Amino acid sequence: MTNPLVEFYSFMTFFAGLRESETTLTIELESKPMPPLLRALTVATVLGFAATLYLGLFAAGTDIQQGDIQRIFYIHMPSFFGAFTAFGLTVLGGVLALARDSDKWDKIALAGVEVGFAFALINLLTGAIWARPIWNTWWTWDPRLTSAAVMCLTYAAYLMLRAGIEDANRRRAFMSVYGIFAFVTVLITLFIIRIVPETIHPVIVGASPQNAQGSFEATSGVILALVPSMVLWLTLMPITLIWHRYRLEERREGLDRLKLKALSD
Amino acid sequence: MKTSYVETVLAIIGKDLRIELRSRELISVMAVFALLSILVFSFALELDRAAREEVVGGVLWVTLIFASLLGLNRSLAQEYDQGNLDALLLTPTPRSAIFIGKFAGNALFTGLVGLLLLPLMTALYGMNLLDGRLIATALVGVFGFCAVGTLLATMTAQTRAREALLPIAMLPLALPFLLTAVRATKGILTGAAEWQVWFQLLAGITVIYFVLCLLLYGYVVEE
Repeated sequence: MTNPLVEFYSFMTFFAGLRESETTLTIELESKPMPPLLRALTVATVLGFAATLYLGLFAAGTDIQQGDIQRIFYIHMPSFFGAFTAFGLTVLGGVLALARDSDKWDKIALAGVEVGFAFALINLLTGAIWARPIWNTWWTWDPRLTSAAVMCLTYAAYLMLRAGIEDANRRRAFMSVYGIFAFVTVLITLFIIRIVPETIHPVIVGASPQNAQGSFEATSGVILALVPSMVLWLTLMPITLIWHRYRLEERREGLDRLKLKALSD
Repeated sequence: MKTSYVETVLAIIGKDLRIELRSRELISVMAVFALLSILVFSFALELDRAAREEVVGGVLWVTLIFASLLGLNRSLAQEYDQGNLDALLLTPTPRSAIFIGKFAGNALFTGLVGLLLLPLMTALYGMNLLDGRLIATALVGVFGFCAVGTLLATMTAQTRAREALLPIAMLPLALPFLLTAVRATKGILTGAAEWQVWFQLLAGITVIYFVLCLLLYGYVVEE
């Protein structure tokens, strides 16, 4: 609410010619309506997330040894696989952007990096929160933790490198190439506990390394809460977010065009 | 007269070698840096006999990668600054030939620094690093990360903050080499049989990276 006195004052000064009338430049940002499929995906993702949270936080039984902290696993592992899908889409986007000189796929690649980066951070943070009571430390230089951190840094480097290239065509080509290479770090993180045996990171699916600390068994109750969460994070979550981010990038580019137009007018 | 592929590659390598022979810019900077780095590490880590065996592989590889960054930056920057790459691109030269030429020069210089480091570290750290298997590991590792480095340096040389961006872009991607090469080096030094597994992994990663670089290089030089 504006103060009536202030309003009165501005009204009077305006009429007295003391204040210049404001010139407003009305510019329309072209906006495409949200496609019905995206709307449906968004609703499905939100509902699915609520459902998997319920399964993980309430429906699944409490772990006998670790207690409630074990429930973080239902976010921790799926979020890595969400990042896997997102970064995988970056590779696909990169390949197609190079093959077809397509800006559209380049935008998808960028969206994949940002969404995947966010997921990878969720993965690291949930891991740290779990490790505090179970390993008695937030962080340790375990091979898998290190490679996951390096993976995050690689994609941070992607974003920094991208910001440093001004020419659009050059940026598309370079970042496509970098996005393809960066995926190697994702694969290393995924497979490192099979390659480097002295990790303390538990493996839930399959045999744990012998040094693993804080492992628990994948009982039917765990599987029941884990599988829906995995499916959600592998498919709906990254795809919906990447689509939204893609549309945002389109609008941002529209805004840049408008700025240029407003400057030239 | 048409120049064959091999001749093109050799011409590019020859050009880089001639520049280097006349200026001695790259090798001297890289060698001095590598020497300093080894000294700094040995002070910073206060290495005693037992600790040295643990970390010598890491020191060797980190030094080599940092030294290669210096060389790569210069090597590709001079191509752009003096317009040589543009001239090369105007000729019907296969892009992969440009890559192999530039890569070979960089790998050669970094490899020389590596070969210099091994006897030096043998003397300074009191451990025998002059092992045939270790030299092979060093050469394969240098081959691999120089391939990625050449590709990335070509990209960063075209950006504004080139010196700053190359390490940021390259270090995460060089990690697979660092990981496997350090393990192989440690295995060789301690006489563990598992060094072969690491060496094979290193060679595998090197082949994959090299092929990827070869295929993708055209996209990073084309306008």
